Amino acid sequence: MLVIRADLVDGIVAHARRDHPDEACGVVAGPEGSDRPERFIPMLNAARSPTFYEFDSGDLLRLYRDMDARDEVPVVIYHSHTATEAYPSRTDISYASEPDAHYVLVSTRSDECEFRSFRIVDGVVTEEDVSIVESYGVVESYMFAHTGADDVPDNA
Amino acid sequence: MATVSIPTILRTHTGGEKSVEAQGTTVAEVIDDLDARHSGLRDRLITNGNLHRFVNVYVDDEDVRFAGGLQAPVKDSSTVTILPAVAGGMR
Repeated sequence: MLVIRADLVDGIVAHARRDHPDEACGVVAGPEGSDRPERFIPMLNAARSPTFYEFDSGDLLRLYRDMDARDEVPVVIYHSHTATEAYPSRTDISYASEPDAHYVLVSTRSDECEFRSFRIVDGVVTEEDVSIVESYGVVESYMFAHTGADDVPDNA
Repeated sequence: MATVSIPTILRTHTGGEKSVEAQGTTVAEVIDDLDARHSGLRDRLITNGNLHRFVNVYVDDEDVRFAGGLQAPVKDSSTVTILPAVAGGMR
């Protein structure tokens, strides 16, 4: 399960809407071993494309250097799909290489927000629940029901 | 020997080590030496004689794709950083 603060969800969705019709991408870093997303880092989509995203290789190096210096890891790696559902594509799966990360997908294909989270390990996609909280350490939370057909990709 | 920074996904090959040492005067030689010390790493980095498109390799902060690829020079004092590309999309 992904537990994430509401302001971070808002930030991710706002970034996706702002960059539409191009795909938006970024990271939420957190302390190593905590599984707690804390530092919102929107990245530039070097591909500037409605169907592809890519961190610039120089940006990628600086991002990892910076996270290393802070003892952080990419807890969440997010991107948007602009015309299809928020489900990992074949391309997403083939590139996914952070087995400990929550891969968050947002769809901006309609006004309705789709915000879903997945684990992608060795090419296997597992959707997980998302719990949005006001702050970490607070018991009260509510579940964010994912939208769309259950676990069925559009173009499997 | 050059210092090689290993990403999370490849640390299964290095016994969990984030940073290892390897010898060589080019990226290709360093990867050969890495593979000799940590079996299986070469296949995770090279396909058909070229760097895997999902992997970025930097020598002293320069992406080797723009610096000679596998023939990019490596010094004894160099830091070689391996990072998986972060990419994807609907396409």
